[in-house]
Amino acid sequence: METVFGIAVDGVAYGMILFIISVGLSVTLGLMRVVNLAHGAFAMVGGYIASSVMQGAGLPYELALVAAVLLTVLLALPLERLLYRRIYGSANELAQVLLTIGLCFVIVAGMNYLFGPTLKRIPLPDYLSGVVMLGPKAISAHRIFVIGAGLTALVGLWWLLERTDFGIRLRAAVDNPGMAAALGIRTERLYAATFALGTGLAAFGGVLGSELLPLEPYYALRYIVLFLAVVAVGGAGSIFGSAAAAVALGVIDTAGKYLIPNFGEFFFYTALILILFRWPHGFFKRGTA
Amino acid sequence: MTAVATNKDTGKPAGKGAPGRLGRAVRDHAGVPVMAALGLLGFWLFPEDLGLMTRILATALYVLSLDLVLGYCGIATLGQAAMFGTGAYAAGIAAVHLVSDPLVLLAVGGVAGGLIALVTGALILHAHGLTLLMLTIAVVQIVQEVANKARDWTGGSDGLSGIDPSPVLGLFRFDLYGRTSYLFALAVLLVMFLVARRIVRSPFGLACRGVKEDPLRVQALGGSPRRYLVGMYAIAGVFAGVAGALTAVSTGIVGLDSVSFTWSAEALVMLVLGGTGRLYGAVIGTVAFMAIHHILAASDPFHWMLFIGLFLMGVVLFLPGGIASLGERLSGLLSRSPSRTAEGDRP
Repeated sequence: METVFGIAVDGVAYGMILFIISVGLSVTLGLMRVVNLAHGAFAMVGGYIASSVMQGAGLPYELALVAAVLLTVLLALPLERLLYRRIYGSANELAQVLLTIGLCFVIVAGMNYLFGPTLKRIPLPDYLSGVVMLGPKAISAHRIFVIGAGLTALVGLWWLLERTDFGIRLRAAVDNPGMAAALGIRTERLYAATFALGTGLAAFGGVLGSELLPLEPYYALRYIVLFLAVVAVGGAGSIFGSAAAAVALGVIDTAGKYLIPNFGEFFFYTALILILFRWPHGFFKRGTA
Repeated sequence: MTAVATNKDTGKPAGKGAPGRLGRAVRDHAGVPVMAALGLLGFWLFPEDLGLMTRILATALYVLSLDLVLGYCGIATLGQAAMFGTGAYAAGIAAVHLVSDPLVLLAVGGVAGGLIALVTGALILHAHGLTLLMLTIAVVQIVQEVANKARDWTGGSDGLSGIDPSPVLGLFRFDLYGRTSYLFALAVLLVMFLVARRIVRSPFGLACRGVKEDPLRVQALGGSPRRYLVGMYAIAGVFAGVAGALTAVSTGIVGLDSVSFTWSAEALVMLVLGGTGRLYGAVIGTVAFMAIHHILAASDPFHWMLFIGLFLMGVVLFLPGGIASLGERLSGLLSRSPSRTAEGDRP
C-alpha cells in the first residue's frame, strides 16, 4: 500500500514535469509541423540559467524561475525567426531533424563551455524542501508544488486555447493553416507566440524538474526521447492528450523503477509499444500531424 | 502521354532521368572502380589508421542499409541499430561458440539482422511519422535491454569479446596491423554496394520508391504498400546485420553501444549529411562524418559536438540535398538551364 502510494505521488509529479516540458513540443508539432529535437535543450537552458542566477547573483528561487523562463524565451525567439521559420511544414522532415539536432548539439557544447560538465543543482527554498503531512502520509512539499504547477499549467493552457481570441486563431491555424492565413490570421506572429510559449514552458519545467531530471550538458539529448514519447502517445497538438500521456508514462516509468528495477527500461518501452499499438495516433488526435 | 504516365507509375523520380544518358553510364561503370581505387589509395596512404578506416567501411555499409529504408522507402527510423547490433551479437556469439569462418559469420549476422527486421517491421510498419519513429526507438531500446540482461551470452555491459575469426577463404589470416580486415571490409562493402544497387533498380526497388512517392497510387495499381515496405525493411535488416557482423569480425568485440539509440541517430545524421536516396550519399556521408569525428573528438568531445552541430545546420540551410548533391548542383550550374539544378535535387 505504501509502495502504491509512493508510486502514485512520484509518478504523477514526474508526469507533470514531463507534461510541462513536452506540451510545447506537442503544440509546435501540431501547429508548425516541426519535430523540434532541440526542445529538450531549451528546458536545459532554463535550468542552467536558474542555477547560475541563484548561485551567482543570489536571487531567490521564485525570481530565478521567472528569470529562467524570460531569458530562455528571449534567447529562443531569434532562433525561431532565423532557423525554425525556414523549416515549418511537414514537407521537409529530414531537414527538421537535422537542423534541430544540430542546434541541440551546439547548445550542448555551448552549455558545457559556459558551465562545465558537472552536475548543476538548483537549491530549493526551505518551504519546498520539507514534507507535508497529508493525513497519515508524508509527502515531499516539492512534489505537491510540482503537481500544483502542472495542474495550473494545464488549466491555464485550456483557458488560453478554448476561451481566448488567441486560442481561436491558434486552433484555426492548426486545423487548416492555409485557410487561416487566407482569412487574415497572421500565422507568422501566431507561430512566434506559440513557439515562445512552448519554450517558456520548457524552461519552467526544466527548472522545476531539476530534482528528477538532473541538469548536465547531455540533458538535452538524454531526455528528448522521453519528451517525444509523450507527444507520440498524447497526440500532436493536444493539450489534454499530452497531460494524460505524460502522467501515464510518468507513472509507468516510476512503477517500473520501483517494482522491477532491473528491467525498468524494458518495462517502459514495452508499455510504450503496447500503447502505440492501441492508439497509433495518440490518446487525443488533433490535426493531421 | 501514356508513356509519361507509365513512367510516373513505376515511381521513377523525374530527377533521375534528367542527367544525360552518357553521364549516367559513366557514373554507373566508374563509380565502383573509383570507390575501390580510393579505398586502396587509403590503404597505401594511411597504413597507421587501418583500424579506423575499417570501422568507417563497416559503418558505410550500415548507413547504406539505412538509405535503403529511408531514401528508397521513406520510412523514418531511429532504430536501425537494432538490426546492426543483432547482426553483430549473432556473429559474435556464433564466433565464440560455433564457427570461425568470416564469411559464414557475415551470413549469420545478415540472417539475424534480416529476421529481426522482418519481425519488427511486420509489427510496426503500419504506423507513420512520429508514432513510427517512437516505435523504432522502442524496438532498439528493448533489444539493447535484452543484450544488457543476457550477460551469459552477450557479456552485458562488459561487451562480448573472444571473437577470433579464421583466415578469409582459408588463405588470408587476420593480421595484427589490420591489413586483412581492411581489405576484407572493402571487398564486402563493394559487393554489398553492387547488390544494393541491383535491388533498388529492380522492379521491387522501383515499387518501393513508388510507395515512397505515393502509397495510395501503388495501392490503386494493385500493389500492397505495406508488403513492399516490410520487404525492403527486412532486406535493409540483412545489410545492417552484415555490417554489424563485419564490425564484430574486424574489431573482435561487440559492445552495447552497437545497439543504442545514439548509434541509430548517428547513422541518420551521416546519411542525411551525404544525401538520402543515393547509395553514394551513404558512403560519402559516413566518410565525412567519421573522419571529422576522428580529428575533432580526439581533443574534446564537446568541440566535436559544436562543429558537427554547426555543420548540420549549414547543410540544411545551404545544401539541402546533402554532400552527394554538390556534384549535381555544380554540373547543373555549369551546363545549360538553371531549371536543371532544381530538377537535379532529390525528389
